[in-house]
Amino acid sequence: MSELTLTVMRLGFLAVLWLFVIVAVQVIRSDLFGTRVTQRGSRRDANRPQQAARQAAPPQQRQQAAPPSGGGRQRRGAPTKLVVSEGILTGTTVALQGQTITLGRAHDSTIVLDDDYASSRHARIYPDRDGQWIVEDLGSTNGTYLDRNRLTTPTPIPLGAPIRIGKTVIELRK
Amino acid sequence: MSSSSNPSTHHTSTIGSIGAPSRRNTELALLVFAVVIAVFAYANVGLAMNDSVPPGLLSYGLGLGLLAGVGHLVVRKFAPYADPLLLPLATLLNGIGLAVVWRLDQSQRLQQSPNFFEAAPRQLLNSALGVALFVVVLIFLKDHRVLQRYTYISMVAAVILLLLPLVPGLGVNVFGARIWIKIPGLGTIQPGEFAKIALAVFFAGYLMVKRDALALASRRFMGLYLPRGRDLGPIVVIWALSILILIFETDLGTSLLFFGMFVIMLYVATERTSWIVFGLLMSAAGAVGVASFESHVQQRVQAWLDPMREYTLSQEGVLGHTEQSMQALWAFGSGGTLGTGLGQGNSDLIGFAANSDFILATFGEELGLAGVMAILLMYGLIVERGVRTALAARDPFGKLLAVGLSGAFALQVFVVAGGVMGLIPLTGMTMPFLAYGGSSVIANWALIGILIRISDTARRPAPAPAPNPDAEMTQVVRP
Repeated sequence: MSELTLTVMRLGFLAVLWLFVIVAVQVIRSDLFGTRVTQRGSRRDANRPQQAARQAAPPQQRQQAAPPSGGGRQRRGAPTKLVVSEGILTGTTVALQGQTITLGRAHDSTIVLDDDYASSRHARIYPDRDGQWIVEDLGSTNGTYLDRNRLTTPTPIPLGAPIRIGKTVIELRK
Repeated sequence: MSSSSNPSTHHTSTIGSIGAPSRRNTELALLVFAVVIAVFAYANVGLAMNDSVPPGLLSYGLGLGLLAGVGHLVVRKFAPYADPLLLPLATLLNGIGLAVVWRLDQSQRLQQSPNFFEAAPRQLLNSALGVALFVVVLIFLKDHRVLQRYTYISMVAAVILLLLPLVPGLGVNVFGARIWIKIPGLGTIQPGEFAKIALAVFFAGYLMVKRDALALASRRFMGLYLPRGRDLGPIVVIWALSILILIFETDLGTSLLFFGMFVIMLYVATERTSWIVFGLLMSAAGAVGVASFESHVQQRVQAWLDPMREYTLSQEGVLGHTEQSMQALWAFGSGGTLGTGLGQGNSDLIGFAANSDFILATFGEELGLAGVMAILLMYGLIVERGVRTALAARDPFGKLLAVGLSGAFALQVFVVAGGVMGLIPLTGMTMPFLAYGGSSVIANWALIGILIRISDTARRPAPAPAPNPDAEMTQVVRP
C-alpha cells in the first residue's frame, strides 16, 4: 500500500469517526421535542386587523397545514383558541383542534409553564364528546383556579373565563 | 382578538402540539453509518497490514450488520419510543473494538506468544451472545418496574456473583486478581460484570424506599448535612463489602466501581453533598489502608507511581514487575495527535492483555489523540443518554436505575481509561464494548437493553385521558 493511500485512509477514518459524533450530537439537539412555536411578526398583524376579523377562522388556524379535525361539527360559539392573558407567556395562543392541551413545568407539556407555583403536570384541557372544553387539575400542589374557585373535578370552561395557574392566566376565546 | 387589536404590546406566538416522534428511522440511519465505519476500520487494518482487503470483510460486515439489524428490529417492535442513540453508539464501539481485536490477532509479535489464540472470531460470537441477551431483555422485560420486585433477590444474586471467584476450585487467580471463575467447557467468566447490573437494581429499589430517611434525618454541621449514625448503616455495609473485595480479590477496579456506583445513587436519591464527601473519604481511607499491607495492590501502585522503574526491573528479569504500564504510555506518546493509522502502530509490544485491558493504548497509538477523544465522547454520549433517560423517567425507581447503570458505565470507563493512561493505578477491568472479553460485552449489551427499556417508557407519549364516568349523561330508564 502506498504511503499516500494509508495517510488518506488514516485521516479519513478520523474524519468519519468525528462525523459520527457530530451527527449524534445533532440528533440530540433535534431530539428536544415538545412544542413547536411559530413566532408571528406583530407588524403583519397590525396591517390587517380588519382582514383577520372578517375571517371565519383566525389566522393562527389558517397557518396550520391541516384543517381543524372537528371543524365540520363544531358548534357555533365554540372557542377556537386558547390565549395566555397574564404571566410570562402572555400573548401565546394555542389553536383548539380537538387535541388535549397539557399545562405544566414538564418539558413535554403543550404549554410549558416556567412558574414557581406550577407543578410539572399541572392541568389539562380537553374536549369531551360534545366538543365542550373541560379543564382538569392533575393533582397539582398549588391548584388550578377557574374564576375564583379551586378546581376539584373536571369542569367545563365558559368562554372567556380566566383559568389561573400560579401567575399564569389563560382563557378560551372565539 | 386581543393579539390583533393591541399588537405592539404583546408578541404573539402559536403553539401547535407535535406528537413525540419515535425516531426509529434516525436510529436506523445511524446504525448503517456505524456499521459502515466499523467495516472501514476492518478494511483499513487489512490494507495496512497485509496489503489486501481482508478476505473476511464481507462476512464480518454482514455479521455486524445482521446483529445491528436484529437489534434495530427488536427495538422497533418492542420499544418504539426508545432513545435513538444508545443502540448505534454501542454498535459502533463494538464494531471498531472487533476490528482492533482482529488487528491485534494479525500481529506477528503476539502470534509468537505461547498463549496466543485468534480472539476476533470469539469476540464476534460474544457480541452475538450480547445482542441475544439485549433482545431477551427487550422482549421479556416489558416494564422496568417489574425489577423492583426483585430488590433483595438481586442483592443476594449480586453478593453471590461477587463472592463466586473466591470459591476454591471455581475461582481462578489470573495475574494476581481473583475476579474470574472457570466453568469447565465454557471458559472463564467475570461475574463482577453481571453483578454490576444486579447491584444497580438493588440500590435503586432500596434507595427508593429509604431515601427520605437518609435525606431528611440529619444534622447540619459546617455546611454539611451529617446523617444520623444509624442511617450510616447501609453505606458502611457496602463500603465493607467493597473493601473485602479489594482484600480477597485484590482488584481495585471492581471495588471502586461498586462503591462509586452506590455513592452516586445515594447522592442522586438524597441530594445531599455530604454523601459524596463521606464516600470519597471512605474510599480513600480504604484504598490507602489496604494498599499498606496487600502486596498485589502495592505493586499496582508502584507501577502507577513509577512506571519507568517497573519497566527497567522487568527488563532485568525481576519477577513480579510488569513493563505493560510503560509500554502503554509509550503507545499513547508515539500516537501523537493524529495517530499512526490503523494497523501501523507497535502497541502489540504491550504483550499480554493488549486486546483486553490495554486495548485503549492501541487506539491511542493508531488513532492518536483525535481518535481517543472521539471514542471517549461516544462513551460520554452513552452516559449522557442514560442520564437524560433518568431525567425523563416518571417513576423514581426508573430514575435511580438509569442513573445507577449509566454511572456504573461511566465509572468503568474512567477506571479503565484512567488506569491505562496512568491517571490512577491500573486495574483488571475491560473497556465496555471495545475490549476482548465475553462477560464484559454480554453484560454491557444487557445494560444497554435495560436503559433502552427505561427510555422507551419515559419517552412514550402519555395515554389519552380516561373517560370520566361522572361526565356521562344520566340515563333515564322509562318503563
